[in-house]
Amino acid sequence: MTYDFDFSVIDASALAVLAEGMAISLRIAAVAVAAGIAWGTLLALMRMSRWRALSWFAAAYVNLFRSVPLVMVLLWFFLIVPQFLQSVLGLSPATDTRMASALVAFALFEAAYYAEIIRAGIQSVARGQLGAAYALGMRHWQAMRFVILPQAFRNMVPMLLTQAIVLFQDTALVYVIALSDFFGAAYGIGERGGRIVEMLLLAGAVYFVICFSASLLVRFCRKRIST
Amino acid sequence: MNYHWNWGVFFDQAMPGQTYLDWLLSGLAMTVSLGLCAWLVALVLGVAMGVLRTLPGRVLPGLAGAYVEFFRNIPLLVQLFAWYFVVPEVLPGGLGEAIKGLNPFLQQFLAAVACLGMYTSARICEQVRAGIQSLPPGQRNAGLALGMTLPQTYRHVLLPVALRVIVPPMTSEFMTVFKNSAVASLIGLLDLTAQGKQLVDYTAQPYETFTAVTLLYLAVNMSALSAMRWVEARVRLPGAARDGRGS
Repeated sequence: MTYDFDFSVIDASALAVLAEGMAISLRIAAVAVAAGIAWGTLLALMRMSRWRALSWFAAAYVNLFRSVPLVMVLLWFFLIVPQFLQSVLGLSPATDTRMASALVAFALFEAAYYAEIIRAGIQSVARGQLGAAYALGMRHWQAMRFVILPQAFRNMVPMLLTQAIVLFQDTALVYVIALSDFFGAAYGIGERGGRIVEMLLLAGAVYFVICFSASLLVRFCRKRIST
Repeated sequence: MNYHWNWGVFFDQAMPGQTYLDWLLSGLAMTVSLGLCAWLVALVLGVAMGVLRTLPGRVLPGLAGAYVEFFRNIPLLVQLFAWYFVVPEVLPGGLGEAIKGLNPFLQQFLAAVACLGMYTSARICEQVRAGIQSLPPGQRNAGLALGMTLPQTYRHVLLPVALRVIVPPMTSEFMTVFKNSAVASLIGLLDLTAQGKQLVDYTAQPYETFTAVTLLYLAVNMSALSAMRWVEARVRLPGAARDGRGS
């Protein structure tokens, strides 16, 4: 028996729901990339700090988050964030906290992965650069800010973008806290219309087109940087 | 916050003759067996694809490249749902019907193994390719010049060294398989994550439960790491330094 495909379930209203879902996916990804790089940079600097307590904290943080599945991290923050918002900010328990939970979870989780990329990037800058900055009379943070980090980030751009593509794919996992991102929207439409097969194929195709074109862009950008 | 802590909850009876701890441990067993089965599939397919990717010519390396891009650019969750919902519908002949006739647990487990195995194999393929390409081109030429066929050159010259070189990056892939296996809980497979969610529903002790689940995942990770360290020590070429350059 062959399956009878029927893509008529993808009508105008379905497309509107899908677009809304994609906006949510992109929003989570954008916030997580920005917050992840910022917090990840701090973590990387802490990890390389001379202060034992700081480097120990950063190492423990990174290793903990890298050992636990993202699904589990999302469940953790879906438990903690709403309680935090209610008891500290006094929000009513009826407030929808799924988006806030997802944003916090993704930002903190991805920061651990970004920290390792950024640490490798900083270590790839020639050691003499730091010595030269010190010799010019710069303090440690000035040397980092004006000499090391600008060079490190330039080398890291392809890695950071590749991680952003991985992160964008990971946003589909917000399904676990019932947030209607692009995947959640597609699956929901398929379930209601009894056309899960078609909607899953559509979702896969859309993700593939986006991520594949983005990875081609990264490849182009890598060539630009290395020449 | 007045949360009522109760760490003894794990020893409460979940069902006659079963504690909640038993649930978590059965979830752990599921996570480990799913991860190991998927790893087996991924190793076989990944090494085969990695070899194809480095063969001379355009067609076979191109096919292997397309395979990698396909599995790398679709979210794991979408792939899993596709294996579970789409594949049984579109498989030709009686195969799809046969899968749908299996018991639900087997359907979930097979879909999860196929999904994780193929997804991971695409990543292993890239490692194997990098490993083979890191060898000096003279090695392949020397093998061929000695009168070996191309398969023999791969079997006796290239792969023995390349597969050793890639053990460290494979360690993190191995650990990732167990972490990625948590998505299987979303098609209803009772792995560690799913058992954790079920425990929260039954006991209303989320903090204790999630802490226990997190510690168990850490333990799985540690075991995977030490297993790979052991493999690394076992297969190291005699006389070769740890970083792969000769001593």
